[in-house]
Amino acid sequence: MPVETRYEQGVLVIGLKGELDHHAVEQIRDRIEQQLEEHGYRGLVMSFRNIDFMDSSGLGLILGRYRTVMEHGGKMALCEVSAPLRRLFEMSGLLKILPVYESEEAAMAAILGA
Amino acid sequence: MDHIAEDVRLDNYLRLQFPSRSENESLARVAVASFVAALDPTMEELTELKTAVSEAVTNAIIHGYQEGDGEVTVECALFEHTVRVVIEDHGVGIPDIEMAKQPMYTSRPELERSGMGMTIMETFVDSLEIVSEVGEGTRVTLVKTFRTAPDVM
Repeated sequence: MPVETRYEQGVLVIGLKGELDHHAVEQIRDRIEQQLEEHGYRGLVMSFRNIDFMDSSGLGLILGRYRTVMEHGGKMALCEVSAPLRRLFEMSGLLKILPVYESEEAAMAAILGA
Repeated sequence: MDHIAEDVRLDNYLRLQFPSRSENESLARVAVASFVAALDPTMEELTELKTAVSEAVTNAIIHGYQEGDGEVTVECALFEHTVRVVIEDHGVGIPDIEMAKQPMYTSRPELERSGMGMTIMETFVDSLEIVSEVGEGTRVTLVKTFRTAPDVM
């Protein structure tokens, strides 16, 4: 599965890999949901450093996890977003509800309130 | 240039036919990207085209055929600096195209669709045409001209 996960200081960090299309997203979604269920997390960070391609299915993946994290009372942040991805985020209005950071560390720090 | 004049010479074409399975989404966009490589598009233009094709093929699979069996065809044709990509299915069709085009509208919220597919297609190509008949299927035509630097004389 093209997902790297790390759990640190109550924050689940998901490193996405490869191509985020409808086919890939169906499996990745279940994997992330499972990880969220297993941890009594306070926040979720999604890193897009290793994403080569994304379409609207990726937007659905992010918005779906946002819903899960909000219902849980957690915080969520995105990081390492390339220019083409940022364009999709802007187009969908996603940037109005989710912060994007340069690095995983910055996203972690924001969630931990440092 | 949004539309291709009838008298413009057809330089090359490609026709793909595949079953409506989600693993073919990447196959379709990669094939189209390889096909247009001859026009030397920028990375940005290539990403825009691949994304638009991915949206249309995904729509055929999850909306046209409702994730069931069917066949999707993708036809590409080059005309000078322009590519035309036609994505067609013989699925359920779209009852209301204007509603389907609304940003954030989706007929399949249970699949976590963002409802942005049509908006992305409209933004990333020069011309988007959707012809659909309920019970017959849907044909999506994408046209994109690459702003390549003029040829050196």
